[in-house]
Amino acid sequence: MVELNRRSFIKCSLAATGGILLPNVLPGESLLGPNADASPLPSPAGLSWVEAKYYKKLEHKEIECELCPRKCKVGDRERGYCGCRENQEGVYYTLVHSYACSANVDPIEKKPLFHFLPGTKAFSIATAGCNMNCKFCQNWEISQVRPEQVRNIYLPPEEVAAYAQQSGSKSIAYTYSEPIVFYEYMLDTAIAGRKKGIKSVVITAGYINHDPWMELIREVDAIKVDFKAFTEKFYEDICHAKLKPVMDALLDLSKSGIWYELVYLVVPTLNDDMKNIREMCKWMVGDLGKDVPLHFTRFHPMYLLKNLPPTPVSSLERAREIALEEGMNFVYVGNVPGHLGEHTYCPECRQIVVGRIGYTITQMNLKNGKCKFCQNPIPGVWS
Amino acid sequence: MPPVGKIRKRSKVVIVKSPNVISPSGKVHRTLLSDMVRSGLCKLTSESRAEDAIRHFFSPQDQVGMKVNCLAGKMASTHPQVALICADLLRDSGIKGKNLVIWDRSERELKEVGFPLNFNGGEFRCFGTDSKGVGYSRNLINHMNIGSLLSRVVDEYTDVQLNLPVLKDHNLSGVTCSLKNFFGAIHNPNKYHDYGCDPFIADLNTLPQIRNQQKLVICDALRVQYNGGPSYHPQWAEYFGGIIISDDPVAVDFVGYQIIDKIRAEHNLPDLEKAGRKPKHIFTSADEKHNLGKAKLEQIDLIEIVL
Repeated sequence: MVELNRRSFIKCSLAATGGILLPNVLPGESLLGPNADASPLPSPAGLSWVEAKYYKKLEHKEIECELCPRKCKVGDRERGYCGCRENQEGVYYTLVHSYACSANVDPIEKKPLFHFLPGTKAFSIATAGCNMNCKFCQNWEISQVRPEQVRNIYLPPEEVAAYAQQSGSKSIAYTYSEPIVFYEYMLDTAIAGRKKGIKSVVITAGYINHDPWMELIREVDAIKVDFKAFTEKFYEDICHAKLKPVMDALLDLSKSGIWYELVYLVVPTLNDDMKNIREMCKWMVGDLGKDVPLHFTRFHPMYLLKNLPPTPVSSLERAREIALEEGMNFVYVGNVPGHLGEHTYCPECRQIVVGRIGYTITQMNLKNGKCKFCQNPIPGVWS
Repeated sequence: MPPVGKIRKRSKVVIVKSPNVISPSGKVHRTLLSDMVRSGLCKLTSESRAEDAIRHFFSPQDQVGMKVNCLAGKMASTHPQVALICADLLRDSGIKGKNLVIWDRSERELKEVGFPLNFNGGEFRCFGTDSKGVGYSRNLINHMNIGSLLSRVVDEYTDVQLNLPVLKDHNLSGVTCSLKNFFGAIHNPNKYHDYGCDPFIADLNTLPQIRNQQKLVICDALRVQYNGGPSYHPQWAEYFGGIIISDDPVAVDFVGYQIIDKIRAEHNLPDLEKAGRKPKHIFTSADEKHNLGKAKLEQIDLIEIVL
């Protein structure tokens, strides 16, 4: 096994395109510098043992995690559902603070965030773990594993910010797996990035409790939420989670004023009922507003749903039509490069204000956040 | 274990107890423990020699995995002596030491409990799924409600399993014993603790690699954590001084469940059902769909020996 130092790791990662690069193994001990948050606890290489935020201590060394709606009650020496937080002697630790299993420079369009600094790069990091278990997960090799089961690199917040700056990225994206489970690392990195003028964007399923959510919203600049479905059944059967807390998190976003966009992965036979999609759109227009961008994206067979076909493009188009009929202004078709539904159209004059093919910007007809043709303001963070 | 589709009419479970096998300081009387294992096996199989008894379950050409449970540290895990006595017995029955693998999830946990790591054979091998070169299978299992990678110890390094669990109360599943021990064979057990781990434990145990490979259970009930489990709490640890032996893991767990409830009653604690953690997975494992064994007293021949 070849061991690389951090510089080599980043260099290799930055050279990679179009996907996650699992870096080379680096033993945690040799990387932990004098200022690292290392504790004297049993410490397999590459685990951080930084005390977690948002948990409460119960009797007999048990704890209850207050980060996400699962509210895991975790006994001594046990881990929560996410697999990356562990109770030791009644203290709950995140095991992944500063230990990234993936780092890449991506176009912001890949997240996708279409109304946030289009055409810019996002320095993207992830750690192992997730607080859901979606049967269609595209990145299950890192999201559905424990941190010691992947290759990690010690990459503390200040270094993430520095690498983002060096790579010319306008933002740091917390993505690929589920950043809620590396909450403390994400928060510290967002603060470090802000000091250097780098924005932070969160790519999440939004399965989080109110207090940590509000704290996070204050420290980051944009959020993309994967809204999995508009039925409890889908959330329970396919994602092992619940719908209601995600809807609550979206309402929080709506009230907060932060920029956010929504993705709805259309999975054939499971969440492609058009009546239900219409109900969802009505709810969005009524409770979130008509200007929230909504991306209907194409499913590809993956992980535990290899038995289903890819989403027919016609389903995505029909869902988009419904959303537009219900009054949503910015509705996209995703994972279908070259589709006309990738462009941003001015809701007033119907001209293309931002043209895209895949992750590439082909036209930019915005001036000072307004449509160049009719001067209609287009919501988003454009500069 | 009956192969898939074969219905077992009754199951036999042997409990062997000795008040002197473990001292209050936790010291295990190895000779006495060995006598307990040997006599229990003989009673289970109606053989007079333990070497002949163990041949009911294992053949000389087998590569035997001995799955212990080391997650909760030295005081609430399978005692190494139980595994070492079993290894002696298996070797005496004709299985080569290099074909005996004592294993669990991680080296760290095995070492902490006192298992001597050993990759090279000799009297036995002992390593974790996380040991260098081991790891998990590359192919994802998508079986009932389980989506996991399986330890290569089960998939490649061994072909039959001797299950060596420890009997404990569990804050989510009610009881952890034989059936739950195989959560230590998958990469993502944390995903399967919702709903009291039910039906996940039963589903996992119907996986052919586990169902067909598991031949025998020798459960360590020397010290039973009857409340506050699965971690160790000395105030709720009973020096029960027993081992439970059967080829039916469901029956072992059912009997273990009764033992925990009995101890709880003696200490004025509510039974597990009243405490809100009835071990549903034991009954799910016994249902028609899973058919992994018996979870009714009237279907179990329960024999108790005191040495």
